[in-house]
Amino acid sequence: MSIEVRNVTKKFGSFTAVDDVSVTVPAGELVALLGPSGSGKTSLLRIIAGLEAPDAGAVFFEGEDQAQRDVRVRRVGFVFQHYALFRHMTVFENVAFGLRVRPRGARPSAADIRAKVMDLLKLVQLDWLADRRPSELSGGQRQRVALARALAVEPKVLLLDEPFGSLDARIRRELRRWLRRLHDDIRLTSVFVTHDQEEALDVADRVVVMNRGRIEQMGTPQEVFEHPATPFVMTFIGQSAVFAGTVQGGKAFLGPLAVDYPAHLHDESRPASGYARPHELEVSRVENGGGGLWVTLRHASPAGAVVKLELSDAEGRSLQAELTREQSEALQARVGERLYVKPRKLRIFVDG
Amino acid sequence: MRRALTEPPVVRGTLLAVAVVFLALFLVMPLAAVFAQALEKGLGAYVSALRAPDAWAAIRLTLLTAAVAVPLNLVFGLAASWAIAKFEFPGKGTLLTLIDLPFAVSPVISGMIFVLLFGRQGLLGPWLGAHDLKVIFAVPGIVLATVFVTFPFVARELIPVMQALGNEEEEAARVLGAGGGQIFLRVTLPNVKWGVLYGVILCNARAMGEFGAVSVVSGHIRGLTNTIPLHVEILYNEYNFQAAFAVASLLAFLALVTLLARSLVEWRSRRAVRSDEPAREAA
Repeated sequence: MSIEVRNVTKKFGSFTAVDDVSVTVPAGELVALLGPSGSGKTSLLRIIAGLEAPDAGAVFFEGEDQAQRDVRVRRVGFVFQHYALFRHMTVFENVAFGLRVRPRGARPSAADIRAKVMDLLKLVQLDWLADRRPSELSGGQRQRVALARALAVEPKVLLLDEPFGSLDARIRRELRRWLRRLHDDIRLTSVFVTHDQEEALDVADRVVVMNRGRIEQMGTPQEVFEHPATPFVMTFIGQSAVFAGTVQGGKAFLGPLAVDYPAHLHDESRPASGYARPHELEVSRVENGGGGLWVTLRHASPAGAVVKLELSDAEGRSLQAELTREQSEALQARVGERLYVKPRKLRIFVDG
Repeated sequence: MRRALTEPPVVRGTLLAVAVVFLALFLVMPLAAVFAQALEKGLGAYVSALRAPDAWAAIRLTLLTAAVAVPLNLVFGLAASWAIAKFEFPGKGTLLTLIDLPFAVSPVISGMIFVLLFGRQGLLGPWLGAHDLKVIFAVPGIVLATVFVTFPFVARELIPVMQALGNEEEEAARVLGAGGGQIFLRVTLPNVKWGVLYGVILCNARAMGEFGAVSVVSGHIRGLTNTIPLHVEILYNEYNFQAAFAVASLLAFLALVTLLARSLVEWRSRRAVRSDEPAREAA
C-alpha cells in the first residue's frame, strides 16, 4: 500500500519540526528518512503513523485521506526507537497483545492467536524465547520482538524509528541485512528513520534526506550519493573536500582551482563552493596540467581496502583523500611531504 | 585493599552506635512502652478495653472513614498522576503545588476550613441546616477532613513512577489497536502496581491515624464521632491509662504492619526495576 504525504507542516511551539513536506512512498518499497537530529524525520514518521496530527497538510494511504482515522484503526506497524516492549509481559504476550485487544467479534480464538504468534516468533527467529520477559533479552532480540509485535496486527505499512539506533555496530550490520531480507520476503511498504547515512544507503530502496524540517533530496541511494542536489546532502552523505570561492561569467574560481561553470554566465560574481569526494582527488608529486593545489601530507591510514590520506593546504585547512592500495604503493608518499592534489570531479553549488 | 571512602573503625562504630541508641530511645522504647502499658493488667483487661462499646464504636468509625477515604484518594491519585505524567496542559505546576497543600497546611487548619465551610456559622451552614443535613460534628465531616488530609499520598507516590515510565508503552498499545480502558488495565496499571500499593498503604495509615483535622470537626461525641486517635485521647485524659494504651496499641500495630508492607513493596519494586535494566548486548 502506497503512502503519500502532502504539504505536511508540524510545529511544536515556535519550532517548526516539519515544514511543508511532500513525499510519496510507492507500495512495497523500503524508504529511509535520513537526517541529523532535529531534522524532523521522527516527527514525520509519527505523523504518518497518526501518533501526531499535522498542523497542515494530509497523509494518504493508497489515495485515502487518513486525517479522520485514529492511530488505532490505521493498521500501521510501528517499531519504537527503544522498542517500548510491555515490560511486565512475556515475549509471547507482547506479540499477542495486538490480537488480544481486538473487539470480541474480530478477536481470533486462543488457538489461532497461539499459532500466529509462534509463526511470527519463528519469522524473527525467537520462538525459543517465547516465555522470557523483555528484560531477559539482548538489545537485538528486543528489536526483533518489537518487529514481530508490530507485524502481528497485519499492518498495511511498517514504520520504524531508528530501528538500529541503540545497538552496537556489529549487531547493527547483521540486523539491517536481516531486515532487508525480511522486507524482500514480505514486501510490506516500510519507512524507517535513521541518522546513519551508511545504514540508509545500505538498506533502503529510496532515501529521503531531511534537514531542518525540509526535504533536501529524494532518490535511490546511488542518486543521492553520486548526484547530491544540495551542499547539505553532499556533506551529510559521505565525506567531501570543500573549495570555497566565487562563480562569474561561466567560470568558477575556487581558491587555487579555476574550472568551467556554464550554469552561471552572468558577469556578476556570486559566492560558491566546490565539493569533491575523497576518492575523486588525484594525488601526485608533480603539477600535472595545473588546476590543483599543493598540500602537505599529515597522516596516512593504510588499514583497509583504501588508503586514507589526511592533508592540509597552505592555510592549514585539512582535507581527506582516498587512494586505492595500488595508487598508494605507486605514490609512496611520506608524512610531511608536499603533494599536488587535483579534483577529478567537482560539484559546484552557488551559495544562498 | 582499602577503599577510598572507608572511614576508620572508630568513626564507623561511633556513628553506628549513635544511630542505634537514637532508634532505641525514640522508636523502640516508646513502642515497647505502648504494648507494655496496654498489657499491664493482663490480656483479659486488654481485650475488654477493646470491646468496650465506645472503643468498638471508635474502631468501626475509623474503619469506615478509611474505607471511604482510601478508595476516593486512590481514584484521585490515579487520575491526577496520569494527567500530570502523560499530558502537557496549562496550570500543571499549580496542580502539582495544590496536591501538596495538605502536607503544607497544619491539620488543625484543614479541619478549620471545613468548620468554616459547613459549620452552623459557616458558608454553607444555613443551607445545610435548612435541609437538616449535619456535616460538622458528624461522620460526613470526619470523612471529608480525612479525605482532604490524605489526598496527596497516592498521587505523590505515582507521579514520579509514571513520569519515569514515559508514554512509549501506551503509544505502542494504541498503535496496536488498544482502547483507553485496555491500555490502562493491561499496560499502565501493571507497570505502576507497586507504586499504587505503596501509596494506598501510606494513605490508609494516615487516614486511620489522623488526629488534628478530625479532632476539629468531630465534636468528640463518645460512641458517635470518635475515631481511634480521638478515643485514645479521651481515655488518657480520664487517667484510664491501660485502656488508652490498649486502644493506642491498635494504631501502633497498624504502624508496624505499614512499615512491613512498605519494605515488602519496596523490595518487590526494586526487584522489578532491576530486572528491567538492559541485558547484555548479544543477538
